[in-house]
Amino acid sequence: MIPVLEVKNISKIYGKECPHCLDPENAGGSICPFCHSVAACRDVSFSLYEDEVLGIVGESGSGKSTLLKILNFDEEPTRGVMEIGRGNPGKFGIKGINLDFIENANLLTLNPYRKRLLRNHLMGMVYQNPHLGLKMHISSGGNIGERLLMAGWRNIGSIRSRAMELLIKTEVPPERMDEAPSKFSGGMQQRVQIAKALSNNPIILYLDEPTTGLDLSVQARVLDLVKKLQKELKLAMIVVSHDLGIIRHLTSRTIVMKNGRVVESGLTDQVLEDPQNAYTQLLVHSNL
Amino acid sequence: MELDFNFGFLDENAKREIRRKILKAIAIPGYQVPFGSREMPIARGWGTGGLQITLSIIGPDDILKVIDQGSDDSVNAVNIKKFIGKVTGVGTTEDTLKATIIQTRHRIPEEKLSENQVLVFQVPLPEPLRIVEHSEKETRRMHAEADYSAMWLYLYESIVKFGEITLGAGYPVMVNSRYLMSPSPIPRFDIPRLSMADTLYLFCAGREKRIYAIPPHTYVEGIGFEDHPFRIEDFSGKSCAACGSEGTYLNEIIDDETGSRTYQCSDTSWCRKVSRGAVK
Repeated sequence: MIPVLEVKNISKIYGKECPHCLDPENAGGSICPFCHSVAACRDVSFSLYEDEVLGIVGESGSGKSTLLKILNFDEEPTRGVMEIGRGNPGKFGIKGINLDFIENANLLTLNPYRKRLLRNHLMGMVYQNPHLGLKMHISSGGNIGERLLMAGWRNIGSIRSRAMELLIKTEVPPERMDEAPSKFSGGMQQRVQIAKALSNNPIILYLDEPTTGLDLSVQARVLDLVKKLQKELKLAMIVVSHDLGIIRHLTSRTIVMKNGRVVESGLTDQVLEDPQNAYTQLLVHSNL
Repeated sequence: MELDFNFGFLDENAKREIRRKILKAIAIPGYQVPFGSREMPIARGWGTGGLQITLSIIGPDDILKVIDQGSDDSVNAVNIKKFIGKVTGVGTTEDTLKATIIQTRHRIPEEKLSENQVLVFQVPLPEPLRIVEHSEKETRRMHAEADYSAMWLYLYESIVKFGEITLGAGYPVMVNSRYLMSPSPIPRFDIPRLSMADTLYLFCAGREKRIYAIPPHTYVEGIGFEDHPFRIEDFSGKSCAACGSEGTYLNEIIDDETGSRTYQCSDTSWCRKVSRGAVK
């Protein structure tokens, strides 16, 4: 089986780098004892398969959000390789857009224009804070339409019907389409953000702590929505969270990060029921 | 003629820099080239950009015409024309077809320009993306990556709110299918004339220190949606009260006492020619 997304040895070092930064034996966590650079990600590798939901767990500062930013091209890694659809890039062919350049290419070294093209056509991102993913003073329809406009849609009628369809799917009252998200509740803003992320039929959806700022009942509804959409659209998803409940609920496979490094990975049930690594054991047992 | 200044007021090094930047601008249609805008004897924002281009490309055999909103007689046009005449000694004209260089504020003349003419635009705000993005660093990135979604989103919002695109003068155009460009505040009516023209169009913003160009035979279009396309101002059924022209850009004149509306050509040279019977 060929993975949809494959990343190899992604490292991100903030500060000047020295040969010791990535030493596994570094005692000082993510800070290098020699040059005092911060290694946010160290040699992270994993694969994501079609129709699969991968969870990334870890405490604050473990590098999970940095990793997601790198995968979404928001941040440049110090080094690393990322491939999409190896062996079968034609599968993601989009009318009028030539994406042949992704074949056997390290996507992390593409130029910004091509990165943006890939992000607009293949990826969707849901941020923890709706302010990061949405323009708060532009109508919800416009926010969803922005992704479509980026992908080259030039017909107002079709943009609006697509936005309407997505708002219905994400359970936002479609009659509020022309209102700005700043007038919406937190849960509704998050649903608009999900609609926006899905607007261009991405093949990979990233979720960065999608429900952290929401109260429990709203959390449950947003999670159910994400799960329903994943089943319906057969999306490959990466969910970053420090909440093991969310990871258990959504994901089938999990990697555990600490100090920028993957310390354990496996099937979610296995990792949560029978953790092998000392840190994972601590994480699982400190869950309330 | 004995001149008290270097020919064209600017020193030769300044002219050379501006000419170099003009060449770069022509080589990359629609791209804004930064340049060292000089102090001029008129205030920035009053046509110093256009003036610097004109003074850099003008030669003793050129014939100059200056218009302001189509008019040869407005204060800004007359002052600039007198100034250039004084520092170069070149002849001036009001006849669009006789001029070799036309400096303009916010209009393109009605008569078709030829490949032997250059139209120099005075530009107040060269950055078309400024209405959607304040940061210069960010707008430069957007141009570099041809990321114009913010502008499209602005048009979308305008259509959703008001039922139409509410941009009038200075409507953003796509040049050579690559760079989004502000055509300076010319009416939408003039935008089709920018495309596939025989004439070289040079744009310069003195205050904002940018030069850009549309070379002859370059494809230019006002941006729009399939179901809300770019439209020009509609003057159907209206004609000039002075010369009777139809199909020209008309100024609306409202009589304060009677409240009646009449229309008159904005291009005074054209209007006089037609009144004299010098054309058709």
